[in-house]
Amino acid sequence: MTPIATTFFFYFLATVVIASALATVMQKNPVHSALALIITLLGVAGLYLMLYAPFIAGVQIVLYAGGIMVLFLFVIMLVNIEQADLEERFNKQWPVALIAAAAFGGLLLWAYVRKTEVFPAAPAVFPESTNTQDFALLLYRGYLMPFEIASLLLLVAIVGAVVMAKRRV
Amino acid sequence: MSPIGTEHYLVVAAALFIIGVVGVLSRRNIVVILMSIELILNAVNLNLVAFSRLYELHGQVFSMFVMTDAAAEAAVGLGILIAFYRNKETIHMDEVDLLRF
Repeated sequence: MTPIATTFFFYFLATVVIASALATVMQKNPVHSALALIITLLGVAGLYLMLYAPFIAGVQIVLYAGGIMVLFLFVIMLVNIEQADLEERFNKQWPVALIAAAAFGGLLLWAYVRKTEVFPAAPAVFPESTNTQDFALLLYRGYLMPFEIASLLLLVAIVGAVVMAKRRV
Repeated sequence: MSPIGTEHYLVVAAALFIIGVVGVLSRRNIVVILMSIELILNAVNLNLVAFSRLYELHGQVFSMFVMTDAAAEAAVGLGILIAFYRNKETIHMDEVDLLRF
């Protein structure tokens, strides 16, 4: 027995996510694109909440909408662009890009129509209250080695970003 | 209306992915292209979390690693962009043609 509001909230969030993702791609000004992308990320965080993943939803808001998007806005400010340069938004091969994306979408639609069985129904009650604890146990026990490699990746990325953005090393 | 199943989330994620691919392939501004890559990574994360509801929490752990990757990619990509802007005074993808034959 699912709550009655779930269906409404799913379609509401899905509409917000798709519309603001389209705005991200279509906007003329990159600052407006960044703001639309923040709305997309918040909508995806809401979908994570509906999927009983509160920890991932929090990380999505803090890391993506808080960290990465600030980085994007800073870089947009650093490279100040002439207004005349913004006139031509799309490159010359955009019809080819649209055809390729439509073909890919058609492939996905074909797979969706031809499916012979559906996924098993999700368990109605999921241990949402212990989600963070379970996540931490899995991350630090089963995935300890990938976790350390991820920290190494972040270190390399920090050093690389500083080296490339610095004027003279 | 039918209850919301896994397929619903997969359809939303597929739409996000396709919008991101269109953005990567058709925009001129490199900053917007990097944003479209973030859209694609978010679609992947949505798929992983939707599947992790059916099975164990492994999908959520993987989405965590994808987020780490996205942060590293954004930092390095924007660093390259700043270095390029300092040399060529442009952030348009179709003017990046030093290696064109």
